[in-house]
Amino acid sequence: MQYIQKKVKSINFGILDPETIRKMSQVRVVTPDTYDEDGYPIEGGLMDLHLGVIDPGLRCKTCGQRMVSCPGHFGHIELVRPVLHVGYVKMIYTLLKTTCKSCGRLLLPPDQIDKYKKLLLESEEETDDAAIEIIEQSKKINKCPHCGAKQGNIKLIKPTTFYEEKQRLLPSDIRMRMELIPDEDLVLLGIDPKVARPEWTILTVLPVPPVTTRPSITLETGERSEDDLTHKLVDILRINQRLRDNIAAGAPQLIIEDLWDLLQYHVTTYFNNEVSGIPPARHRSGRPLKTLAQRLKGKEGRFRYNLSGKRVNFSARTVISPDPNLSINEVGVPQAIAEELTVPEYVTEWNINKLKKFIEADKYPKANYVIRPDGRRKKVTDVNREDLLKEIEPGYIIERQLMDGDIVLFNRQPSLHRLSMMTHLVKVLPGKTFRLHPAVCKPYNADFDGDEMNLHVPQTEEARAEALELMLVQKQIITPRFGAPIIVGEEDFVSGAYLMTQKGVSFSRRLAERILIKAGITKVPKPDVEGDRFSGKLLFSQALPKGLNLEYKSKICRDCEKCVKDKCPYDAYVKIRNGVLKTGVIDKVSYQGILVDTIFRKYGEEVCRDFMDKSTKMVLIAMMSRGFTIGLKDSDIPEEARKEIKAVIERAEAEVNEFIRKYREGILKRIPGKTVEQTLEDNIMAILGKARMECGEIAAKYLDVGNPAMVMSRVGARGSMLNVTQMSACVGQQAVRGGRIMRGYRNKTLPHFKEGDIGIRARGFVESSFRTGLTPVEYFFHAMGGREGLVDKGIRTAKSGYMQRRLINALQDLVLRTDGTVRDATDTVVQFVYGDDGADPMKCHGDYAVKLSDEIIYLDEREKEEEYEEAEEGEEYE
Amino acid sequence: MLDPSIILNHKLVPKHEKISKKEAEELLKKYNLTKDQLPKINEDDPVVKAIKAKKGDILKITRKSLTAGEAVSYRIVY
Repeated sequence: MQYIQKKVKSINFGILDPETIRKMSQVRVVTPDTYDEDGYPIEGGLMDLHLGVIDPGLRCKTCGQRMVSCPGHFGHIELVRPVLHVGYVKMIYTLLKTTCKSCGRLLLPPDQIDKYKKLLLESEEETDDAAIEIIEQSKKINKCPHCGAKQGNIKLIKPTTFYEEKQRLLPSDIRMRMELIPDEDLVLLGIDPKVARPEWTILTVLPVPPVTTRPSITLETGERSEDDLTHKLVDILRINQRLRDNIAAGAPQLIIEDLWDLLQYHVTTYFNNEVSGIPPARHRSGRPLKTLAQRLKGKEGRFRYNLSGKRVNFSARTVISPDPNLSINEVGVPQAIAEELTVPEYVTEWNINKLKKFIEADKYPKANYVIRPDGRRKKVTDVNREDLLKEIEPGYIIERQLMDGDIVLFNRQPSLHRLSMMTHLVKVLPGKTFRLHPAVCKPYNADFDGDEMNLHVPQTEEARAEALELMLVQKQIITPRFGAPIIVGEEDFVSGAYLMTQKGVSFSRRLAERILIKAGITKVPKPDVEGDRFSGKLLFSQALPKGLNLEYKSKICRDCEKCVKDKCPYDAYVKIRNGVLKTGVIDKVSYQGILVDTIFRKYGEEVCRDFMDKSTKMVLIAMMSRGFTIGLKDSDIPEEARKEIKAVIERAEAEVNEFIRKYREGILKRIPGKTVEQTLEDNIMAILGKARMECGEIAAKYLDVGNPAMVMSRVGARGSMLNVTQMSACVGQQAVRGGRIMRGYRNKTLPHFKEGDIGIRARGFVESSFRTGLTPVEYFFHAMGGREGLVDKGIRTAKSGYMQRRLINALQDLVLRTDGTVRDATDTVVQFVYGDDGADPMKCHGDYAVKLSDEIIYLDEREKEEEYEEAEEGEEYE
Repeated sequence: MLDPSIILNHKLVPKHEKISKKEAEELLKKYNLTKDQLPKINEDDPVVKAIKAKKGDILKITRKSLTAGEAVSYRIVY
């Protein structure tokens, strides 16, 4: 294959002049008909064989080629009367207003013209600004400074009719005026007369696009259905013919002008069928026609749909669902999808027998296609299977169905960061959904409420190698954003780990073996609890790498004044010695922080993935065997607790009323920089906030330590103390725009309050808990607060999405080179050292930076890193 | 007119210095660059005027950096 390499230096846009249109035309189209009775294209019609062929078997009369190979050729229509091009009406309008009606000169005194000419010669840029200025100035002049002719007032009745002092300006008149304008005056108006003489905006000939751009569709009934553009061209030709006949017959001017306007209408809608001011041309069925502008414009237009939005083969999309039995590296692929997607395998001497098996097979792992060395693709069928088997030899490619262990890319939109598309290994499963390990939800930002994801099968060895080495899930456990784990156990994994590793939790041999085998661990440790029982800590330790030593405080740590370390009464001090969990419980801090982080850094991605795979499976079995659920009664609190809460709220109300009294009497002291009203509001908000906190504490005091909601919020699995408080104790103050609810009627929020009531209940304080239920008024206030949150979220995502788009467009082709420089698409340096310090954020740890470029430095730092960790031991980890 | 070099004293103007031909060559060699791949600085830039740099000179710019403390960058006058 020979390539001709040429660089595009510049692109110049201009207007087609009538001569060019005639020159590039292969045929003059005169008849509005398309095909004759036999279905053969009519000569001189819109389907003329000179314009290209769309019927199989026919030859193009211009280039002699057949259907697919003929690119199509232009034709033209000679318009009997000139018409305006809608796209240039605005330009025509300004030209009419800025030039003289009789001599065509720009309506500026000669000295001014000279001044601007000089200005244009000097500066290369800013011609547009100058042109706007010139236009503005010359519009004001109504007597030609060159010939003295008085200028009429030009009016435009949208979209295409011009009047001069109530006198209609016909397109032919306008064209004559345009012809008068001298080239040198056009330059001043920002028009290059070489490529865009203004008279060319008034059409005398209309180019007819090749038939290949407006193919007709043959329906099942054998009926032909023409393209919208063809329909429009037929209309134009018909009116053109009628106009010609009428002129020839000497019809009155009125009738001719009517027909002329009709021609103008058809040409206008041919270019753009959404011009305001005229009804869109419609199909027989009443559907508006899709003409030239409509083909390009908008979301479904050529640009956004076809050019920016290309579609790919070897991909699949379906709903996702969770499956913790998979490895985090895997993706469960439905059987049906695996049978459709293929991987090309190159036939060699060494694998030919293996590949022949795929051709032989007539069910699942089989070959769908065979590609011959000349690139011909053959579908494997029962008929040709035997022939293909004989034919196949090294150099052939067979496309076999997707199988377990194949490398695929998995992606969820919006692809906001690089972790939105990762490499997974295929696991073919029954069912119709993609399955993924719940721990990889976080980087994809996926949940299972109906989310769909895409899967792509790399087709070359290079692509697979790249995918595997750079994008594999296990390599992304640490986020490149700030170097903390992002592929982590969440929710049930965290509560499960906590329940399993609690002090005193032990499992029978039977259950312990079930837990271990689920994780694929076949070596059963020695029982460490009396009666042939295994502690949860011991079982969990089986997932930890040997030799791991770690000490840190867990999430449930109560920040005692004096820490007794491994003698912690709450078992909040995690101590791991040689890969065995000695004390402490595993909770969020371990599972989403230091433990995963340390394993990844010290033992690498493989070991870390292994830990994630094993531990998540064990933890779930442990939790399922114990049972963990939440119900209504879990938010119940005893009567005395409710009384205490009531007392707290009553006290708060009294305090608030005291403030209100002071405010009413005018003795409330202002906080510096605030008004009295603001001071009052601030105080009330503070009191009510504190009251709710106290309510929460009371509820917590009365709730069981094992209360599921409390457990989940304590270990960081799901929910917070606030959620527990709202469920059991008191929902608290509802806010709109950051303050108490103020809107509604004049001086009151709802009709059944007194005007001017600013007490706690009248301004959106919800005294009830979700368990006891809200009063109608409380419910309404709560809905107000909830609505605001919803709206804010919507606006935030829209705004940040747009910002992200702009940023990515600006930064998309920056590349970090091996020499540490950041370069743009032209190889120009943007940064001499990446981020000024050359640090790789993914490898940075805590406040410790790691050079990305220099492996030697990295190894050095590794040693230092260990020292650093030593020093860090015992410190709190965020 | 005021001496244009006073702007160099402003705390927001980083240190600009012309580098010698030899240094320039070394720089281009180190990063395997041609002159037009260097970031540019306008001939009319006040700092360029203040240190009297000519077209084609390469300036070494030492800035304060939040990530690295001090960051060195180069620009060519064009």
